[in-house]
Amino acid sequence: MTAQMTTSTQAGAGTPASAASGEATARPVSMTTALNTALRDALAADDSVVVYGEDVGRLGGVFRVTDGLREEFGAERVWDSPLAESGIIGTAVGMAMAGMRPVVEMQFDAFSYPAFEQIVSHVAKMRNRTRGQVELPIVIRIPCAGDIGGVEHHSDSSEAYWCATPGLTVVTPSNPADAYSMLREAIDSPDPIIFMEPKSRYWSKDTLTLPVQTASMYEAQVVREGSDVTLLSYGPTVRTALATAEAGAEEGVSIEVIDLRSLSPFDDATVAASVAKTSRAAVLHEAAQFCGYGAEVAARVTERCFTSLAAPVLRITGFDVPFPAPKLEEFYLPTPDRILDALDTWEWEL
Amino acid sequence: MTIDIPRSADAARVVPSLHPISFIDEAGQVTDASAPEGLRMPSADMLLKLYRRMVIARRFEAQVTALTRQGRLATYPSAAGQEACEIGAVSALKDTDWLFPTYRDSAALLTRGIPVPQILAAFRGDWHCGFDPHAHCTAPAATPLATQGLHAAGFGMAATLRGDDTATLTFMGDGATSEGDAHEAFNFAAVWQTPTVFFIQNNQYAISVPLREQTNATLLADKAIGYGMPGYCVDGNDVAAVYAVVTAAIDRARAGDGPTLIEGLTYRIEAHTNSDDPTRYRDGAEVDIWKRRDPIARLESYLRQAGALDNGSVEAIAADAEEFAAEVREAMSTEAERNPLEIFDHVYAHARPALAEQRALLAAELEEAS
Repeated sequence: MTAQMTTSTQAGAGTPASAASGEATARPVSMTTALNTALRDALAADDSVVVYGEDVGRLGGVFRVTDGLREEFGAERVWDSPLAESGIIGTAVGMAMAGMRPVVEMQFDAFSYPAFEQIVSHVAKMRNRTRGQVELPIVIRIPCAGDIGGVEHHSDSSEAYWCATPGLTVVTPSNPADAYSMLREAIDSPDPIIFMEPKSRYWSKDTLTLPVQTASMYEAQVVREGSDVTLLSYGPTVRTALATAEAGAEEGVSIEVIDLRSLSPFDDATVAASVAKTSRAAVLHEAAQFCGYGAEVAARVTERCFTSLAAPVLRITGFDVPFPAPKLEEFYLPTPDRILDALDTWEWEL
Repeated sequence: MTIDIPRSADAARVVPSLHPISFIDEAGQVTDASAPEGLRMPSADMLLKLYRRMVIARRFEAQVTALTRQGRLATYPSAAGQEACEIGAVSALKDTDWLFPTYRDSAALLTRGIPVPQILAAFRGDWHCGFDPHAHCTAPAATPLATQGLHAAGFGMAATLRGDDTATLTFMGDGATSEGDAHEAFNFAAVWQTPTVFFIQNNQYAISVPLREQTNATLLADKAIGYGMPGYCVDGNDVAAVYAVVTAAIDRARAGDGPTLIEGLTYRIEAHTNSDDPTRYRDGAEVDIWKRRDPIARLESYLRQAGALDNGSVEAIAADAEEFAAEVREAMSTEAERNPLEIFDHVYAHARPALAEQRALLAAELEEAS
């Protein structure tokens, strides 16, 4: 099963009531086009939505996700901000307090770190601090992870920092249909959302019709059924997991692939149901292993599914080193071969 | 060959005067310092209001500091000595303008009409913010330094985009100007021309570190020129001057002419908080010098000379302040209702099953204990 087939089965459950992008026939759509269309439809649907960040106006963003939006909606809705990430997030807090719905871009994972204080001390805490009286409907778009041959600081995986912070909701789409649907849902959410866009999947295309509504962004999805092991993946590693399952099938290993979609909150129910069936779980991510997102996944799957498990939860991740230089990243990123090897050597006797 | 610099208009390149703007000197006499054009001494009625607010705020600070020593509050950062900055600036706002305060701005919160138990909830340890920001057009008091400056700029940007005339005022201390967020806030506000007034309460110390180790700038107001916005240095213990300068800046903001940076020269008479020991970093002689520049005494002296205050009215206001202090004691004598389970209730709008499990765990513990 391919990602294309998966997303098309999720699509069509209904379309957002307000979308300007209505199309008649399915066509190949990249994730950047899906995100761009979601932003366009959200801007058209709600005057309080504004889009700003570094280079998102005239240039249309370094990945062109905001291409054409400034021309269409004007510089009062979509504009280039000064080059300062804390400033971008801090002003978004103020704008959201005043009733706007800012959708801001951090350009690259590693460039979001100057905004860390605004995100963890204010974006995450304002609702709790004010007993729900001040909500911050902010979407922080972060092009994330590697596999694009980027120079240093352009391939980080920052999800563990955000997921470790109560008050933040962290989601990541793995395919164009989810990119559209989840971004619309994120913009409509009263909670602040960290929206992680896997850079290496920006240009992958699926055949679909926009607008599209897939499952709620809070729900994990079984994107390929299997019986021997549950492979938990998200964002950029969903495609890797599906390729692994395809190769595994040829070797006689039946791999069930889950696209987590929401990293915080974690969809315990969907994962537990799968693990009850397969008795084995492995979590896959690009980020380094130590204190990485997989550590939380392994811990909670063990706590909640211990009696179902025939083996310890396995983590298949990047190594515990800084993300390597472009010509070395292929040795760092988990590949189907490495994943299958890990599953092969994962012997465990109870 | 010369290069044109087609940037902001010369009008924005205000070089702050080395003589702080002042109307009433420490002896209560009208100063002959030249004020920028358009600044006027507030009316006697307004000055009387400001006097009354400052007397009550001063009594409030003393009362709360005493209650903190008695263990009623977890901690308290007194702003005694800084009343002219906080009250003068906030009194220049309309009710619908928004204030973005710090943790040392209780006098400002009082001026906004926020009830005492709600102001003190954070210091008593009941909840991180005790009031509804929308009800008082006042953001929660920020603890991380200078972060609230960006919130004020962003809120102002929203007002501009919507075309309403809301202005925003934010306070920060001298130490906070060293933070990166201060720079970013000044810059965003100036680039976007937001209706924002940045008021730096330069009380000379960031906990223990004196201003000369915080900056090499002659004036903190000098920083404004680098951002393309006007900057003013005002005698922060002269409430008449503070009120006049902030009123003019708010008028500019409301007219769409962008942000202003104001430095108020003042002094933190008390310790940083009750757990601080100021004798380790400053001597009593310095404190005495600043006590002679007291904002309340000088205004009282001026108003007496102007015939707007006499012994009777001074005593009446002092009696009101005493009555207010009694109300503060009364309000703080009873514990607030606290529901431990509430710590789960406001984190997210979207319910989380895993959080509900943790809530149930605590609920069971509470049930067992009761």
